[in-house]
Amino acid sequence: MDPGRWSYVAVLGFVLIGCLWLEFALRTRVLVRTRRLLASMVIPLLVFYAWDAYAVASGHWTFDPGRILGVHLPGAVPIDEVLFFLVIPLASILTLEAVRSVRGWKAGDEP
Amino acid sequence: MTYTQLGVLGVILVVVFDLWAARTRLVTRRLFWVSYAIIVFFQLITNGMFTGFGIVRYSGDAIIGGSSPAAGPPAFIGDGRLAFAPVEDLLFGFALVLLSLSCWIWLGRRGLQSTPLAGPPIWRRTPPPPSPFAPFDGTNGKIPPDSNNI
Repeated sequence: MDPGRWSYVAVLGFVLIGCLWLEFALRTRVLVRTRRLLASMVIPLLVFYAWDAYAVASGHWTFDPGRILGVHLPGAVPIDEVLFFLVIPLASILTLEAVRSVRGWKAGDEP
Repeated sequence: MTYTQLGVLGVILVVVFDLWAARTRLVTRRLFWVSYAIIVFFQLITNGMFTGFGIVRYSGDAIIGGSSPAAGPPAFIGDGRLAFAPVEDLLFGFALVLLSLSCWIWLGRRGLQSTPLAGPPIWRRTPPPPSPFAPFDGTNGKIPPDSNNI
């Protein structure tokens, strides 16, 4: 496969490099709370998948076929986009827990 | 609907979810806004790569600015764009981030793996766990300096 087709996924790799170290350095304990993490991702994935399918159908945005993997899911949503809707919530949760680790501010879920 | 309209609607619906459906009230918390400030900085870099390299292109019919050019990057700033990306992406990103964080906190409040809590950072000393052999007299196993120690 033309390496250019990994462009989109490479950007997601950049995001993961930027945030995964927080789990270890700041002890965010997000990855070890796996069931909560996966469950948190369900609603955003469904909502934004639907938004993406609508946007693609309406022509709001298009993807360069030479820069995505080329696998499409129902609604003509590229699989790269599905990975986006998993990576960004993960990065967001890691960031929130990293700030909590350092500053100790409350989030409302403390037992 | 245009992307602009959907972006505004998406932000409103997710804020309603945060305040009154999940009742996580993250938009009232300093923790959320400091986290979002960090996230949006990296969003501008990431989105800049998606749009600046032409991985994703936008239609001028759906956004405030014009269509992404057929060749070369769009305006870095101006024409409804910020760091190559349409400003509407800030609404889209805010909705995605707030919905994700609200779901995470909501599940934690409901008791799904609410512990272990985050922290402390590895550079901060953790207090040693109490010794199982310590007496329950408040001295934590240490002999008070003014005791006779017979």
